[in-house]
Amino acid sequence: MRLSPDEMILWRDGFFKLNATIVYTWALMFALTVGSTLVTRNLSLGLARSRWQNLLEIIVAGIAKQIEDVGLRHPKKYLGFLGTLFLFVASANLCTIIPGYEPPTGSLSTTAALALCVLVAVPLFGIEEQGIGEYLKTYTEPTIIMLPFNIISELSRTLALAVRLFGNMMSGTMILAILLTITPFVFPIVMSALGLLTGMVQAYIFTILAAVYIAAATRGREPRTETDTPMDS
Amino acid sequence: MDNATLIAIASIVTAGLTIALGSIGPALGEGRAVATALSSLAQQPDAATTITRTLFVGLAMIESIAIYCFVVSMILIFANPFWTHFVAEAAGK
Repeated sequence: MRLSPDEMILWRDGFFKLNATIVYTWALMFALTVGSTLVTRNLSLGLARSRWQNLLEIIVAGIAKQIEDVGLRHPKKYLGFLGTLFLFVASANLCTIIPGYEPPTGSLSTTAALALCVLVAVPLFGIEEQGIGEYLKTYTEPTIIMLPFNIISELSRTLALAVRLFGNMMSGTMILAILLTITPFVFPIVMSALGLLTGMVQAYIFTILAAVYIAAATRGREPRTETDTPMDS
Repeated sequence: MDNATLIAIASIVTAGLTIALGSIGPALGEGRAVATALSSLAQQPDAATTITRTLFVGLAMIESIAIYCFVVSMILIFANPFWTHFVAEAAGK
């Protein structure tokens, strides 16, 4: 039994391998890019809009509102990064309804890459907002003794982010495969419907957690209230 | 018993124990979270959207602990490094 689409190798030439993860990732990227380019080619400002423009506006405005709810005051600035994360993970998870498709998020390489993007992006946004000295100072808060723990938490939450998404998607396909051998008729359908829901929730959580980390990094030394302490896993 | 049997027994038993013991805690935690969310929904139906959103995020976080256990048990069964090492060594002989 395959654990991830990484092991499905379609083409190999010496060191270079082309596995299913890469193929599906590029296919998704192609579909998302071409689709949004086609939709945004004829944008209208008036009331008469195409239905695709309405769809994209709903998605973008919804993501921006969610980012703002987390506590980032200028969602437009972070929309590029967080929105891309959400759209990629969500479409990767939702496309599991297409037969023969293997979600690229069910491979630890993809999720680790996404989590590394978050690991790099959080300090960048923090430094941009507060300056490098101020940002580095947040690592020594409340006391200097907490410095190693802050660094460890930075790394461990990246690991948790990667393994959470990978585990959820992998378990979805794995349970489906196991159920197909036991009860091949009705149950797999129910479980794949549940898999779509988990996929959507995981995409949402990945984005929200990234937004929470960015919010914690950009908030700086303002006095924190009880209600908006950052969630940590 | 030779080494291969020992590795197989240890992996299978540990995989079962991992998922069995590892799902107790998250199950209790999720039950508590949902119960509290339900009672606060009953008290404050106005805050339904916020409560639901926080509940979903929290549930997924709690669930991810069980998912970690699942990943470990899957690795033990399907991608066991010790087993692979042993098989490779046996094939080399």
